[in-house]
Amino acid sequence: MFYREVGQLKTSYQSDQAVFTIAQDRWSFLVLLIVAFGVVPFFINDYFANAVLLPFLIYALAAIGLNILTGYCGQLSLGTGAFLGVGAYAAYKMTTAFPELNFIIVLFVSGAVTAAVGMFFGLPSLRIKGFYLAVATLAAQFFIVWLFYKVPWFFNYNATGQISMPPREVFGILITGPKAQPWATYLFTLSVVLVFAVFAKNLVRCRSGRAWMAIRDMDIAAEIIGIRPLQTKLLAFGISSFYVGVAGALMFAVWLGAAEAGETFGIDQSFLVLFMIIIGGLGSIMGSFLGAGFMVLMPILLKQSMVDGLGLAAVTAKHMEFIIMGVLIVFFLIVEPHGLARLWQIVKEKLRLWPFPH
Amino acid sequence: MEMLFFLETVISGLLTGVMYSLVAIGFVLIFKASGVFNFAQGVLALFAGLTLVGLMETFGLPPWLAIIATIGVMIALAWLIELLILRHLVNQEQIILFMATLGLAYILEGFGDIIWGSDVKVLDIGLPQGASDFLLDGYGLYVERLEVVAAVIATALVIVLAIFFQKTRIGRALRAVADDHQAALSIGISLRTIWITVWSVAGIVALVAGVMWGSKSGIQFSLSLIALKALPVLILGGFTSIPGAIVGGLIIGVGEKVAEVYLGPFVGGAIENWFAYMLALVFLMFRPQGLFGEKIIERV
Repeated sequence: MFYREVGQLKTSYQSDQAVFTIAQDRWSFLVLLIVAFGVVPFFINDYFANAVLLPFLIYALAAIGLNILTGYCGQLSLGTGAFLGVGAYAAYKMTTAFPELNFIIVLFVSGAVTAAVGMFFGLPSLRIKGFYLAVATLAAQFFIVWLFYKVPWFFNYNATGQISMPPREVFGILITGPKAQPWATYLFTLSVVLVFAVFAKNLVRCRSGRAWMAIRDMDIAAEIIGIRPLQTKLLAFGISSFYVGVAGALMFAVWLGAAEAGETFGIDQSFLVLFMIIIGGLGSIMGSFLGAGFMVLMPILLKQSMVDGLGLAAVTAKHMEFIIMGVLIVFFLIVEPHGLARLWQIVKEKLRLWPFPH
Repeated sequence: MEMLFFLETVISGLLTGVMYSLVAIGFVLIFKASGVFNFAQGVLALFAGLTLVGLMETFGLPPWLAIIATIGVMIALAWLIELLILRHLVNQEQIILFMATLGLAYILEGFGDIIWGSDVKVLDIGLPQGASDFLLDGYGLYVERLEVVAAVIATALVIVLAIFFQKTRIGRALRAVADDHQAALSIGISLRTIWITVWSVAGIVALVAGVMWGSKSGIQFSLSLIALKALPVLILGGFTSIPGAIVGGLIIGVGEKVAEVYLGPFVGGAIENWFAYMLALVFLMFRPQGLFGEKIIERV
């Protein structure tokens, strides 16, 4: 009844190709933005920002990055954790070497550094395919983390081997370090993620995005119709790593404030982001957000309901969490292999008729 | 003396390589028969080890009985996996199946820990430990007995598997399924039985691997990480070749040990984690399908 596009005629090519073709979608997105920017900052507290909102936004950004590579270009990567680390360490080195530098520039430079590293490790992708490539990206994962442990230059020769973020301001507002206000960190992260998400959404609809999908669907056929495989794949690796790198920099600088190579950027992180895009939906920007939300919220809810609700011991709850996590992953794969994004589409289609049967 | 040390390094590498091969063979079996890249293989080994120790400690079973019981558990597990997971994922893309095994890994890990506890356990089923006196006295070589036993058992296992695959009726059916799912179905081979068989065999191989690694360093969570050690072996040898898994394991084992001893000190050590991957990557640049993998033919 409320979600109908009757009477909304597309009169130009532009309106036909819009991101939101239906007015209701446009309005709900606008309302969502107004709530996110105008309402949430007034009610946010430290716990909510650091346990829910920041991880959600940052993981969503990382998931968009991995989705560009895996969902759109079809190159399975298990090195996301390490690339997050590259972004984080690049941000750390930049901001400690040039304390006056604007943090936004630091973010972009970390993204660029990660993109370069990602493209380097993407080079074998022309010859190596499928699971062989996935295992090859594991080489990046282990090698990079090892490098961050063994080369003291990366953590500025401090004794702990950890990196920690000094306080930095953007437009006069403190956004990193322990004194930063939750609303400031939240708004900053939200703005960055929004800009990057809109860019990604348009990127995958333009020429390069369609080239990625052609490569994903069948690379030989794509090559025959004139898509250059190496350039296209490398571009996907580069842009994907750029996103992951920015996410890593945000994760370290704005959210965690301190990081340690093996703990924060280990292989678990790679799998976590991979779960997000599979559960959210491969080849969908929306799905990246849904998947990130799901994987961030679920452990919190599980923990609260089991430790506080059922009174289980923390260790047992941890193991139960493992089991439930595994069961949910398998369940989702069986019920809807195309992820939450596909469920969302189905809901929208049903909504067009609701509440009338025909 | 220098030569002797080098020889020791190589032998130790070879024997470690055998251990890697044991895990890799489990991967290959499942990949060949169902195209599933089974990430849960390491956790299967952990689960088998945990069950074995649990049965011996809790019920006081003698080792041989516990091993038989564990084999039973692994077969039941294979049956459950087919019933609850694989059956519903027929005809899905490979990445979906891969993710499903990741989920399976989480489930098994959680279950194993809840049932048997998560502390480090000592596994002692009477395998010989310590250095081999014969080699130490006679030639001055230090070789772990356990690793020699592991090598012997692995060889025996491979021979049994080879006979099983080449000569028996089920083995032939397995190879038919590996070749072409649909053609195999159309001549009346039951995919279900095949999958259960393959996962059972993989479970038993995992048990052997779990026993070997467990006797060496105790049964603990890190056992599931040997899957990560086996992956470079796998891409080096090719996903579909058992001889590949063995040769790959030996190459990785030796390469890793030699590199750690002779290259490690120059770059700060602990290069074991990634060296195998780099080695495999270099090989892959020249042979994208691994040493013994089937030639990849691509058509539009």
